[in-house]
Amino acid sequence: MLDSNQQLRYSRQIILKDIGYKGQEKLLKSKALVIGSGGLGSPVLYYLAAAGVGTLGIADFDTVSISNLQRQILHFTRDIGRKKVDSAEEKIKNLNPDVKVIKYPYRINAENIEEIIQDYDVIIDAVDNFTARYLISDCCYFMKKPLIEGAVVGFEGILMTIFPGESPCYRCLYPEPPQSGTIPTCVDMGILGAVAGTIGALQALEAIKVLLNIGNTLSGRILSFDGLNLNIREIPWKKRKTCPLCGENPVIKELQEYEIKCKLKH
Amino acid sequence: MTIVLNGKKEVLEQQKSIRDLLISKNIDPNTVVVEYNGDIVKREEWANIFLNEDDVLEVVRFVGGG
Repeated sequence: MLDSNQQLRYSRQIILKDIGYKGQEKLLKSKALVIGSGGLGSPVLYYLAAAGVGTLGIADFDTVSISNLQRQILHFTRDIGRKKVDSAEEKIKNLNPDVKVIKYPYRINAENIEEIIQDYDVIIDAVDNFTARYLISDCCYFMKKPLIEGAVVGFEGILMTIFPGESPCYRCLYPEPPQSGTIPTCVDMGILGAVAGTIGALQALEAIKVLLNIGNTLSGRILSFDGLNLNIREIPWKKRKTCPLCGENPVIKELQEYEIKCKLKH
Repeated sequence: MTIVLNGKKEVLEQQKSIRDLLISKNIDPNTVVVEYNGDIVKREEWANIFLNEDDVLEVVRFVGGG
């Protein structure tokens, strides 16, 4: 049952025929885990909290630094030095007291990830490195958790929604991590906040659709976003028969952590 | 010969392998994955696949930041 305040708060989305009163009740009972509360995680968390997703897990080991603030819009100047999960929780609670926040203020690894994700209905990958991305995607596959993959660098972004076993997985796109030292993803490559905001908002949208089982999710296709030329493309993508995770002869049968170094700017 | 590269028509003066096409576009082959005519092809095969008229190629960069 929604109380009168909730009926007002969510009235603009309850009016949507694909959501409605029942959909709103479902959102309030749903649990979403957002891994990373930075450039992608900030808009994801804001929109999921505003929409009334009842339980939000936030995993982030990091603290707020001044160079985060041009894109990580959950965190303010006064939060510098605070744990990101604490800063994020405060903003979410102020935005919507309906939301229960569960914090994981440590680095996810092969030992702890299963326990963290087991209780959630959908997982949103909003991390900044490939090591964590492979760990999250493999774990979601083994535990059959829907996964919203989003990533950004520079003016570019990609997005895909993964239903383990049904749609192409992360390794159907990127079978193995990039060769160490070849990929510029780290701090010195740069990223514009609005680009992360765009992809993060789309991740939140996909997560809500997955939670409510509405519309057509971005599964079996990839969205490729080029913000500099404002070119958005949808690329149909198939399951890879030779996928090391979900293919015909899988070779990955347990969680693994890669050591991947990014290319440094010279 | 004309191919379609990431949704755009592209004229090739001469037949090229996937690998050579990437290099001619200043794309480091280590930084992308390739879908060729709807199938995903392994990196090791890129030097041996020569493009033909009307081939469709999707080149997706590794993007991992957040």
